[in-house]
Order: sequence, then structure tokens, then C-alpha cells
Amino acid sequence: MPSTTNELANVTPMIVARDIRKRFGVVEVLKGVSLEIAKGDVVAVIGPSGSGKSTFLRCLNHLETVDAGEVLIAGETLVSSDAAGVCRYAPDAELRRICRRMGMVFQHFNLFPHLTVLQNIIEAPLTVKGLARDAVVPKAEELLRKVGLFDKCDSYPARLSGGQKQRVAIARALAMEPDIMLFDEPTSALDPELTGEVLRSMRQLADEHMTMLVVTHEMAFAREVSSSVVFMDAGEIVEARAPAEMFSSPAHPRTQAFLEHML
Amino acid sequence: MDYIIEILGPLLQGTAVTLQVFLLTLLLSVPLGLGLALVRVSRFHLASAMVNGYIWLMRGTPLMLQMLFIYFALPFVPVIGVRLPDFPAAIVAFVLNYAAYYAEIFRAGIQSIERGQYEAARVLGLSYGQTMRRIVLPQVVKRILPPMSNETITLVKDTSLIYVLAMNDLLRAARGIVQRDFTTMPFVVAAAFYLLMTLVLTWGFHYLEKRHAVYDE
Ligand SMILES: Nc1ncnc2c1ncn2[C@@H]1O[C@H](COP(=O)(O)OP(=O)(O)OP(=O)(O)O)[C@@H](O)[C@H]1O
Ligand SMILES: [Mg+2]
Repeated sequence: MPSTTNELANVTPMIVARDIRKRFGVVEVLKGVSLEIAKGDVVAVIGPSGSGKSTFLRCLNHLETVDAGEVLIAGETLVSSDAAGVCRYAPDAELRRICRRMGMVFQHFNLFPHLTVLQNIIEAPLTVKGLARDAVVPKAEELLRKVGLFDKCDSYPARLSGGQKQRVAIARALAMEPDIMLFDEPTSALDPELTGEVLRSMRQLADEHMTMLVVTHEMAFAREVSSSVVFMDAGEIVEARAPAEMFSSPAHPRTQAFLEHML
Repeated sequence: MDYIIEILGPLLQGTAVTLQVFLLTLLLSVPLGLGLALVRVSRFHLASAMVNGYIWLMRGTPLMLQMLFIYFALPFVPVIGVRLPDFPAAIVAFVLNYAAYYAEIFRAGIQSIERGQYEAARVLGLSYGQTMRRIVLPQVVKRILPPMSNETITLVKDTSLIYVLAMNDLLRAARGIVQRDFTTMPFVVAAAFYLLMTLVLTWGFHYLEKRHAVYDE
């Protein structure tokens, strides 16, 4: 029988974003975005270029600071706004601890070019968590096996294909044992024939019930893997629905127009 | 040939002075330059602006003037005024001057590292200091080796400026013998010595560049 705390933990969303606002200069890029993601959910974010998808993602892990709104990660407050609209971030140490619960995979991989594949993966566990090398290396090798790149352990990133780089980036993020994985167009920089291998690794992660938020142009991935699809346009979430409904009968004309264009 | 061996003694003594100035300057100005560059790119705007001003001052006036100032004028400056013997005065001037040049090289290197590197480090939980130490600076070293090599070779030759403080470096030693013996041979030997020093440096930097070439970008 599950304990009460466990039940509570199960109903506490992994990510809560409330009324996130963000402007760059005079341009309001996020006009009050709210979203809740439960543990194990895989949420695909779709939408036209410039609609604020990346900015939204980056507000969740403090790569951008929000102008207003609230972000809670697994029940812990990253940032909150008072009635006057002044927002306050958690103290530095806490902020870093909370953000560490989220791994992130970038469009352009951002691997560390001066480190080998294995070194890329163990860098953060060594320096941030202060773990011993002996403890970290076997785990890193296991992750590399999982993404099918064990034989590339000692290669430098420049020697890898785009798809391989992105799988290393996924392994690198996973090495910090995050509760949430954020993906910002992980396959957009790849040749079409290389997207499959990356999507396969992501699908595997979803099967293991990782909580995932994925900005993507891969409609097939959104349809098949995600538990819900969020459509963003012009700094707003226009609609968020189960993938089957979203793709068969989008409610909003803007969504319809976008999907027609994409499919 | 006998003549060359005869003048080798004083020329080698001069070379020792030259090498001392060179090595001490290198050893002190590179770390100082790195420190200045880190302040320059930091978010402490006032400190950054002060470093900027310092670099402008040091690169905007002749090294010889700075050396003369520290040796002759500094003793009369209130509060900070000290009278330094010639060798320390030369070292202070060289270090202050070269730190400014090295700082600019480091700054350019640091700023050439893509934002994605900082972001990747940050989402992995690395602090700013860890990001600099583990991710940014190791990559900077590779990128700045060519300009560093350039600047360091210039330093070898700039050491000859210490003759204004009447110190017997390689060039001054050679000139002394030229004036005494009415032959230009000492200049030729001195040139060979300078070439030898820069050759060793060139090799050294080549070796470093090769070592860093294990990865591409
Ligand atoms: N650092 C920044 N400074 C100024 N404007 C920015 C910045 N980052 C993003 N923007 C602007 O904010 C808007 C939203 O950008 P964002 O990158 O979030 O869009 P996106 O939905 O991810 O688009 P894409 O599909 O092209 O990646 C764009 O108009 C962009 O030009
Ligand atoms: Mg984007």
C-alpha cells in the first residue's frame, strides 16, 4: 500500500509554471504562459519560429530570468511573484540545487570540445557532486552503452556525427540523474537520416518514465511519444491537448493553420 | 674564431641578464594578465572599467617611458613613492606593461568561447568559477597560443630596452665591445643569441600547439 507522502509526491506536479512573462527590450516574448507537467509526462511543445518556445524552456531552468510569474520544480519554488508583480528568485544555493534537478539538451549539442566523450559525461558528477572517479566512470560507461556509443568513449566530440554528439549530450545530462529532461529542438541541427537515432534514445527515456519537456518540429515524435502536446504561438499557449486529439481535431484556427503547414 | 670566444664571456653575462628579465617578466605577467582579464570580463562593472583604463594606459604609452618613470619619477610620487634599484624597477615596468598585453589576449580568448559552453556548464550545475577553470580556460589556452607566442617573442627583444637604466643586458654588452674594439662582430653574435632564444621559444610554442591539437573544435 502506498504511503500518504508517496501519494502526495505523486500528485505534486514536476513542473508548475504560472503566468510566466518575459520581454526582451520592447518585445514581449512570453505573455503569461502557464503549464503543469506531472511526473512521467512527456510534453511536446510545438509552434512557429519565434513563438517563444525556447525562451519558455530557458525560463524554467533559469537560463533566462522571468519578468513575472511563478515556477515550481517538484513543489519547490524557483521563482515567485508577489501581488505587486515583483518576482523573487530562490537564494543562490537553493536555485542551483533546484535547477540541477533538470537536465537540458540543446539544439547545437554544446559538448565540451576539449574533453573526450567519457570526460564530457563525468565532468559534472566529478566537479559538481564531488564524486570519486571510480564511482562515476562505470555509470558513465553504462549510459554510453545505453545510447549506443560505448565504443566512442575516448573520442573527441569533433570526431562524432551530429546524431552521435546529441546522444552524448543526452548521456551527459542523464549522468547528473535529473528528475526532468528539457529538450530544445534536439534534432533540428541534424541531417534527416540522423534524427532517428536521437529520437530512439529519447523514446527509450520516455519508456522509463522520465519527465520530459520537448520543443520539437518532429510531429511524428510528438504524436507517438508524448502524453500531451502544447501549441505555442506569439508568446502564448494556444492549446494543450492529448496528441491524438491535437493532430486529428485541433480546436483553434491558429493550431489548424500551423499543423496544416507542418504535415 | 678566437675573437668570438674571447667576447663570448661578456656576451653570455649579458644574455644572463636578458634571460632573467625575460623569465621573471613572463612568470609574473602571464598570471597577472589572466587575473586582469578575468576582472575585465566579470560582472563587476567598476572593476572592469578600471582594468580597461589600466590597459589603455599601459598600451598607450611607451614601455621605455614607463620604465624611466618607475626608476626616476616614482621616488618623488607622494604616498606610493619608492626608490627601486635598477633591476627591480625594470621588472616592475615590464610586468605591468606585459600584463596589459597578455590581459587583452586572454580577454579576446575568453570572449571567443561560445555562449553555449557556459550554458551547458550551467545546466550541469557548474558554478561560474568551475565553468571558467574546467571548461572555458582550457579551451582559451588552445586558441590564444599563437598570439601568446607572438607577444612572448616580442618580449625577448623588448628586454633590450633596459639599457636605458644602464643595465648590462645582451645588447648593451655587445655595443660596449663594438665601441671598444671597432668591429661589428659582437652585434652578429648578439643577433645569433637572440635568434637562438626566439627559436627555442618558437619550438616550445609549437610543442604546446601540437599537444593541444589532439582535439579539433
Ligand atoms: N536573448 C535575446 N535577446 C533578444 N531577443 C530574443 C532573445 N532570445 C530570443 N529573442 C526573441 O524572442 C522571440 C522568441 O524567441 P524563441 O527563441 O523563444 O522562439 P522559438 O519559439 O524558440 O523559435 P525557434 O523555433 O526559431 O527556435 C524571438 O522573436 C526572438 O528573436
Ligand atoms: Mg527555439
